[in-house]
Amino acid sequence: MGNGILVYCEFDNGQPRKTAYELLQKATSLGVGPVSALVIGGGDTSTLGAYGAGKVYVVDSPALASYSTGAYVKALAAGVAASGASTVLAAASSPARDAFPRLAARIGAGLGVEVTELRNEGGNVVGRRPVYGGKALVDVNVKSAVGIFTVRPNSSPVSAPAGGSASVVNVEAGVTDADVDVKVTETVAPANKAVDLTEADRIVAGGRSLKSKEQFDSVLRPLAAACKATVGASRAAVDAGFAGHSEQVGQTGKVVNPSLYFALGISGAIQHLAGMRTSRVIVAVNKDAEAPIFQYSTYGIVGDLFEVAPLLQKEIEKLG
Amino acid sequence: MKIGVCLKQVPATDTRIRINADATAILTDDVKFEINPYDEYALEEALRIKGAGGATEVITFTIGGADADPRIRDGLARGADRAVRIDDPGLAGSDSLGIARALAAALKAEGVGLVLAGRQAVDGDASAVPAMIAEVLGWSQVSWVDKFTVSGEGFTAQRAAGGGVRELVAGTLPAVVTTDKGLNEPRYPNLPGIMKAKTKQIAVKKLADLGVDAGSVGAGAALVTYTNMGLPPARPAGRILGGDTASAVSELVRLLRDEAKVL
Ligand SMILES: Cc1cc2nc3c(=O)[nH]c(=O)nc-3n(C[C@H](O)[C@H](O)[C@H](O)COP(=O)(O)OP(=O)(O)OC[C@H]3O[C@@H](n4cnc5c(N)ncnc54)[C@H](O)[C@@H]3O)c2cc1C
Ligand SMILES: Nc1ncnc2c1ncn2[C@@H]1O[C@H](COP(=O)(O)O)[C@@H](O)[C@H]1O
Repeated sequence: MGNGILVYCEFDNGQPRKTAYELLQKATSLGVGPVSALVIGGGDTSTLGAYGAGKVYVVDSPALASYSTGAYVKALAAGVAASGASTVLAAASSPARDAFPRLAARIGAGLGVEVTELRNEGGNVVGRRPVYGGKALVDVNVKSAVGIFTVRPNSSPVSAPAGGSASVVNVEAGVTDADVDVKVTETVAPANKAVDLTEADRIVAGGRSLKSKEQFDSVLRPLAAACKATVGASRAAVDAGFAGHSEQVGQTGKVVNPSLYFALGISGAIQHLAGMRTSRVIVAVNKDAEAPIFQYSTYGIVGDLFEVAPLLQKEIEKLG
Repeated sequence: MKIGVCLKQVPATDTRIRINADATAILTDDVKFEINPYDEYALEEALRIKGAGGATEVITFTIGGADADPRIRDGLARGADRAVRIDDPGLAGSDSLGIARALAAALKAEGVGLVLAGRQAVDGDASAVPAMIAEVLGWSQVSWVDKFTVSGEGFTAQRAAGGGVRELVAGTLPAVVTTDKGLNEPRYPNLPGIMKAKTKQIAVKKLADLGVDAGSVGAGAALVTYTNMGLPPARPAGRILGGDTASAVSELVRLLRDEAKVL
């Protein structure tokens, strides 16, 4: 194998998402051949070369304006074929979770989802991924000619662009409105503008101990805002109605991978740990010194979160 | 319309993982199994649709050995009408695509018009089988749904899109839909349900019964292999910041800024 790596680059408001840069640099560092980018729909592709793409394959059509499985899988298949790449990388985003298994089945490619590590083993790309909600890790070895990996956001750091520019190759995939199988009729923006949990670099999470939705909103959310963090919650807090379903962190919620995770009044049940144990720095605040969360935290304060949270918020606001 | 629900058994989420000697799988000898939590939402949704007159029959589909029967019975006790279990030595070593091919064949053989499955099985966390079933059948799919309505040949759903955005989507049946938390509150079996389940049928099928080409499933057809399974690296012992709350908090902020460099 060795026709290089194709990175599917997602865009947001016409600009590449951070994950596109992360994956282009990761692909370059693997050293298994040329790195190219795949862009579906329009967007500003001018920065992709500086992060490592030699070529940018663009598949565009009015039918690709919003995500639909039918149109996107067809476009992705055409882009992968045009590139001749033997490895395809994509960020493990919601649309990627929908499209890539189907793409893998269509083109007969081995699939590893949500990998957190990639390595070059004798010219073959091998992925490593969490299973059992992060309680174990396993290597995914691809036997087929093409391998696809979706990569959990923030798995590797993004460094300053090395420079360089890419040539653009337009790919005709023949995607039309007839390929839009399931139509988007409305989009519902998140209640707050914070980054999605799965991509968040900072998370402030609260548990059952917040006692009510009112206190979750008046104690935890302002602290998160001060930290420029996304709010997370334990299942106990979600089931009690303090936070939304989409805010649950854990084995049956979101799996997160931030640099900084605050767990306030969260005991550290195995299912919660499963969702956040790869966070780089974990801060636990709990009034019970024996709470399991302290075994996993980088820094801990044994104390009442209702005292700690406002003080912490003030100190962080002072940093500006 | 018949609804097919994909139902897998997985280790209970509080299981402590132990890994086998060749580092390819977990040891399951003293593991307690449960219905995959996301499949509980799928079954519940199917039962509600049937309850509202939108379906004639709810059939669960499982690939697995007889050890899965207690979980399948649990599904029947909650209200599924009958169950199909595919059990064939030829399936050993299948990857997600092999599993999807066998399930797709069984779903087709029963003539279901809607498939509800979990967004992921919380063992391998592959999140792949349902979309692959949709590809094999050539049907529409919607992933990670927390609202779902069927009316006639059409359906609407709310799904997770990127960046915390939710999308309302509309499509036509047949389709494969995967469930996210928030879709519904699964019911538990009650005594009459448990009694009734004893008389319900679990049909066990072989690959040949379903017309599945043995070369398209199992270890030989798998496009990926899993090796080198291990436990995650242990985290170094953390530091408890002592003193009164105010000084602990200022020390914390200093450490986050100067030592960990995350603020
Ligand atoms: C199938 C299944 C799936 C699950 N999936 C998930 C999942 O995805 N995510 C998840 O989080 N859980 C999940 N759980 C639930 C999990 O087992 C725990 O029940 C849950 O995580 C506990 O939430 P908690 O830490 O908020 O509450 P508790 O365990 O009740 O802990 C509350 C903590 O707050 C502390 N505390 C109380 N008051 C204060 C105060 N004033 N100041 C500081 N500390 C205080 C207490 O000492 C305690 O440690 C799942 C369970 C099952 C069975
Ligand atoms: N062996 C199986 N038997 C029945 N359903 C399955 C099986 N494997 C996967 N599924 C279904 O597919 C969903 C996603 O599984 P996975 O792709 O393995 O994460 C599960 O929640 C089930 O609904």
